[in-house]
Amino acid sequence: MSKVKLATVWLDGCSGCHMSFLDMDERILEIAARVEVVYSPLVDLKEFPADVDVTIVEGGVSSEEDLHKIRMVRSRTKLLIALGDCAVTSNVPGMRNTFKVDDVMKRAYFENADLKQQVPCEVIPRLLPRTRPVHEIVPVDVFLPGCPPPADVIFGALVSLLDGTTPDLSATRFGR
Amino acid sequence: MSSRPSAKPAAPAPSSKVKTLTIDDRLVSAREDESILDAARDNGIQIPTLCNLDGLTPVGACRLCMVEVKGSSRLFASCVTMVGEGMEVVTDSERLQKYRKTIVELLFSERNHVCAVCVSNGHCELQNLAQTLGVTHLTVPYRNPKLPVDASHERFVNDHNRCVLCQRCVRVCGEVEGAHTWDINGRGIGARVITDLNQPWGSSETCTGCGKCVQVCPTGALTEKGKSVREMSKRTRFLPYLTMMREDRSE
Ligand code: SF4
Ligand code: SF4
Ligand code: SF4
Ligand code: FES
Repeated sequence: MSKVKLATVWLDGCSGCHMSFLDMDERILEIAARVEVVYSPLVDLKEFPADVDVTIVEGGVSSEEDLHKIRMVRSRTKLLIALGDCAVTSNVPGMRNTFKVDDVMKRAYFENADLKQQVPCEVIPRLLPRTRPVHEIVPVDVFLPGCPPPADVIFGALVSLLDGTTPDLSATRFGR
Repeated sequence: MSSRPSAKPAAPAPSSKVKTLTIDDRLVSAREDESILDAARDNGIQIPTLCNLDGLTPVGACRLCMVEVKGSSRLFASCVTMVGEGMEVVTDSERLQKYRKTIVELLFSERNHVCAVCVSNGHCELQNLAQTLGVTHLTVPYRNPKLPVDASHERFVNDHNRCVLCQRCVRVCGEVEGAHTWDINGRGIGARVITDLNQPWGSSETCTGCGKCVQVCPTGALTEKGKSVREMSKRTRFLPYLTMMREDRSE
């Protein structure tokens, strides 16, 4: 039997959800036996491959790059999992949503900067007017709320999905 | 025998003070001045609630406690609907679950709830409801309104970003403390809790600083100063106790 192709992507999040994923400790070997990790911040690969079975997304959609990435990821993925509150609700990255982008930039790069006060105009992708949860941009198949969702829940959900059953999400919630 | 529910206790019938009805196909009896919610709870049937709190007058603000009553297509808020003879009540159905989930979603979308950094994270009734009702994400868009935080009181904070307009603060302050500091100002989506004549809480002349409102607030909207994320757990047990003691004295 060919292995399930699994990818993980990291948008506007703190990497805590990826850490929680790794927190399943040696059980990760059980997962590894059944999947092939084809793309991830943990894998050295530049291009998101075509024909991915399952993609786990951490983080909200904050910038033009995030927007481009999530659309591309969705078009190449069968099952999309929103992992953690930033992906599910926009959470902490969304706390800027009540301010204008200009004011956020001014705050970060002028008021809070001592040296070289300037808004970065190269390399750094431009912010969208608001940070949005993933499912407000592209359809999401499974939601795992929590900041971060507990490792047990992530493990349980992955096993259920690999087995073709519905994951039990009763042990996690917004915030936690 | 009419099974039509009424919003007020039925006029006292001379003979029958006890009504017989079914809740989820179980035959139960209840005092005629009892709400469907209380009758259900007396019989171990749980209905989700948010604005309701033992010891405060029910107001029917949140509508989470809605139930179906056979013979009517309307839904009834069980905390403010009195039992009736022969009533057939359904407390759980696909339709009710859908409405309850939507209510919770709307509460999350109306204000700015960021549970991960909230002082009430882990102790919040809205958060619990989302979990027990299986709200894993919102199907309505977030509004992200710009809302103030009033930290002018010496010991307490009012964060409008977390308020669900349950009116518990209004009721406990008016009914139990007798200060009536709180009110609701505005309507619909623009409704806000206010202190006195819509002035900073710290400048209120009626607030006694008793903290009852803080303890009964189901979310992180009213909190004690100096609490960090996850630190604000509430104590609501005083309320039925206080009411009981007062009833004892008036007897
Ligand atoms: S009040 Fe409750 S639901 Fe709102 S952010 Fe705080 S913990 Fe979350
Ligand atoms: S602390 Fe003030 S506002 Fe709150 S219940 Fe007591 S008197 Fe009312
Ligand atoms: S401040 Fe708290 S108790 Fe008062 S209406 Fe808002 S959520 Fe309810
Ligand atoms: S508990 Fe009945 S309307 Fe809120």
